[in-house]
Amino acid sequence: MNIDWTAFTPGPAIAGGLLFGLGAAILVLGHGRIAGISGMLGSLLRPVRGDIGWRVAFLAGLVAAPLVYALFSALPAAIIDASPAVLILAGLLVGIGTRYASGCTSGHGVCGLSRLSPRSLVATLTFMAAGFATVYLLRHALA
Amino acid sequence: MSVLVAPLVASLVALSAGLIFGIGLIVSGLANPAKVLAFLDLAGAWDPSLALAMGASLVVGVIAFALAGRRARSWIGTPMELPKRRDIDARLVLGSLAFGVGWGLAGFCPGPALVALGMGLPKAALFVVAMLAGMGIYELLERWRRPGTPKAA
Repeated sequence: MNIDWTAFTPGPAIAGGLLFGLGAAILVLGHGRIAGISGMLGSLLRPVRGDIGWRVAFLAGLVAAPLVYALFSALPAAIIDASPAVLILAGLLVGIGTRYASGCTSGHGVCGLSRLSPRSLVATLTFMAAGFATVYLLRHALA
Repeated sequence: MSVLVAPLVASLVALSAGLIFGIGLIVSGLANPAKVLAFLDLAGAWDPSLALAMGASLVVGVIAFALAGRRARSWIGTPMELPKRRDIDARLVLGSLAFGVGWGLAGFCPGPALVALGMGLPKAALFVVAMLAGMGIYELLERWRRPGTPKAA
């Protein structure tokens, strides 16, 4: 294994992780709900009356985060190398896959592992393995 | 708390949680697909940063969910609604496989894609539209498979 030490950013990674962990903590202790972002998005397509407002608010917070961040500091770059066609395919797979799996990196990865849920452990190991394999195929095996 | 005030307070809690979550994604580097793909590229020049981000979030999460598990109600008095399912089925595994392939193709999972949308990046908007379309396809497949009201997972 060849670690790219120049790209390694342990400080911001840990600080950022503590922050998104805190976001999930506030939602569960404050309102008793799981911070599962794919579930919140999916439920917008299947609204339950009276139980949609907090989901819209959480998602609005995510979208507004860069605007608030930019008030205090210059936003770091977000580099998207994928072509439009690949982005569409990837988006479809992420949309369908997370709904069948009942969760994504936030619901299974952050909240589920924190709850020591066996379902979430299986989901997280599976999507991590699929992510590693996909990048390996694209960058090494098929490149 | 009155019936009218409770949803408003819940939304304020959720808004601040989402904001902090999103800022955490930006700070950690997860909102940058190039950094996510560098993390997923074990055989290349590997950037392990995001493993630390995930680990740090779990330190906070384990404490928070342990506290939440001992409470019947949240701070604002709403019921504690934690998932109860423990079964591992094909939907969970195959869905996670498809999700992981999409994640590895673009470097986006749902939360970071929404944050990048807020940065005003057209490619992030394209990904989000495709992701919502994928979720719409799931809804249609579920309705076709099970007429009536599909059970939320």
